[in-house]
Amino acid sequence: MSETVSSNQAQSLAAEGIAVQLRSNKKIMWEKFLQHKLAVVASIFLLLLATLCFLAPVIAPYEFDAIDLYNIRSAPSMKHLLGTDALGRDLLTRLLFGGRISITIGLTAALLGSFVGTVIGSSAGYFGGRIDNLLMRFTDLAYSIPTLPLIIVISSYSNTQAFGIVVIIGLFSWMQTARVVRGAILSVKENEYVTAARALGAKDRLIILRHVLPNISNSIIVGATLGVGNAIITESSLSFLGLGVSPPTPTWGNMLMDSQATMASQPWLTVFPGMAILLTVLCVNFIGDGLQDALDPTL
Amino acid sequence: MLKYVIRRTLQMIPLLFAISVVIFSIIQAAPGGPEGTLLDRGMFVDPAAIDAYRARLGVDQPVYIQYFKWVGAMLTGDMGISFQTQRPVLMMILERMPDTLRLMGLSFIVAAIIAIPLGVFSAVKQYSTFDFLATGASFIAIAMPVFWFGLMMQYFFSVKLQWLPVAGTMTVGVGGFMDKLKHILMPATVLSLHSIAGWSRYMRSSMLGVLNQDYIRTAHSKGLEKRTVISVHAVKNASIPVVSVMTLDIARLFSGAVITETIFGWPGIGRMFIQAMHARDYPLLMGIMMMGSTMVVVFNLIADVIYGWLDPRISYE
Repeated sequence: MSETVSSNQAQSLAAEGIAVQLRSNKKIMWEKFLQHKLAVVASIFLLLLATLCFLAPVIAPYEFDAIDLYNIRSAPSMKHLLGTDALGRDLLTRLLFGGRISITIGLTAALLGSFVGTVIGSSAGYFGGRIDNLLMRFTDLAYSIPTLPLIIVISSYSNTQAFGIVVIIGLFSWMQTARVVRGAILSVKENEYVTAARALGAKDRLIILRHVLPNISNSIIVGATLGVGNAIITESSLSFLGLGVSPPTPTWGNMLMDSQATMASQPWLTVFPGMAILLTVLCVNFIGDGLQDALDPTL
Repeated sequence: MLKYVIRRTLQMIPLLFAISVVIFSIIQAAPGGPEGTLLDRGMFVDPAAIDAYRARLGVDQPVYIQYFKWVGAMLTGDMGISFQTQRPVLMMILERMPDTLRLMGLSFIVAAIIAIPLGVFSAVKQYSTFDFLATGASFIAIAMPVFWFGLMMQYFFSVKLQWLPVAGTMTVGVGGFMDKLKHILMPATVLSLHSIAGWSRYMRSSMLGVLNQDYIRTAHSKGLEKRTVISVHAVKNASIPVVSVMTLDIARLFSGAVITETIFGWPGIGRMFIQAMHARDYPLLMGIMMMGSTMVVVFNLIADVIYGWLDPRISYE
């Protein structure tokens, strides 16, 4: 970053008649992100995939529950590019429709988890003392119960629609964010600008939202990105156990539900939905990696 | 040190109590009692018989009494009676324990043997083709659902190549060492996948941090061979934080075992957990979850103790 100069330096240089191009922080971050080639490729690919999935009602070759009785369990062919399932439903179509739900679940569950984690972590870090102690003991408690078994038990008796799955996954994936946010706030709140804001009479809520959170948003964003991938994988694991979104609504997870039994004769039913999950989560994680590099000013 | 361990152990007690309240509440929130499995099948059952059944299992009493009875019994080592089999939960868990421990133990060893050298070489040859491939592979491994990896392994090694058995712990009537090894190979690989990816990434970054330290430069300038510097000075110091992460992950392997054992029909605690879930066997579910949580809490303490023992710079005061 040798070519970047601070605004003060820029002013003094400009006074000496030297032309300086001042770059904003956002622009620097953006340029750093573009340098992370894998992250850029992953972003483009994911955007493309998500667009295809969300346009599924328009571009999918068939209806998601349309049955082709002449082609039940048929291997990939020109008519059904990725083959059909046990009911003669087109796999490509269902993958596109399923992607809509799986990606939405991943995004919303990660948002919910980050939101809860940010609220708990920032309250603990900012207020300190007994509130901090109480909230962090609560976080320890949530950390101590193995998450996947817990989520499995709760989904086994809950209403399994996409919304329910989002709430369950979101409510049990905030602990990491809470700890990171708390740590970041502890260091940020010692800064003079926070003291200054308080001296000017700013309320706690305003100080947190306006002065503290924007300064730690980097770690929240990176955490949330990685959370998307984890949520997609958790949804697929639940669906594999028969506890995810109930059929006939397709998700990448529930398309894999009964695939183990027919894997020997119809491997495409197992391979393609799994590949879809793998590629999506891989892209999301590459983007998270790129964001981490781009948003960290110390690198 | 001893003082620290005692203090931490005492702190575990309220935490474990809180955990027991959470687990109990979550199970209580489930609609329909243990008789639900009978009613689900559409059987007609005399209401009086249901009442008698509930009374026998003790689920007719107020919730708080049920809780205190459960916790009180647990303090004496009694985890209750399974709804399904009418046998003590503790006994059922102990019966399944050896198979789960065998699987988890082998996964742990396999993961450590692969992950540590992988991380070390990646760091020493930073930005080389090897580093690039190892990093790529670990990204892919982390992005893969465990169960799908298991299914793919079954497809290739059992269906296509027919090298390894699809499921189970041994062939009935054979059961020799080689036979058992063949059966455990796939589940152990699947269970260790995420650990290999995670630990090797961790080892790599820890190693990179150490290689920049002054004492490594000193060791080089003393004229020590590169191999000696890396294996004696660097790896030893770099593995301190990794060992503590590995210890924490032992308890997390249990979550993975739930999925892995289900795919490979492995008769361990993880598969029993899924069976208990389907059968609404609440005492068994609570017992297994309590056991899993206790493992997390205990390994947390062990990880902290090991960290301080390996790194004398850490003080416990």
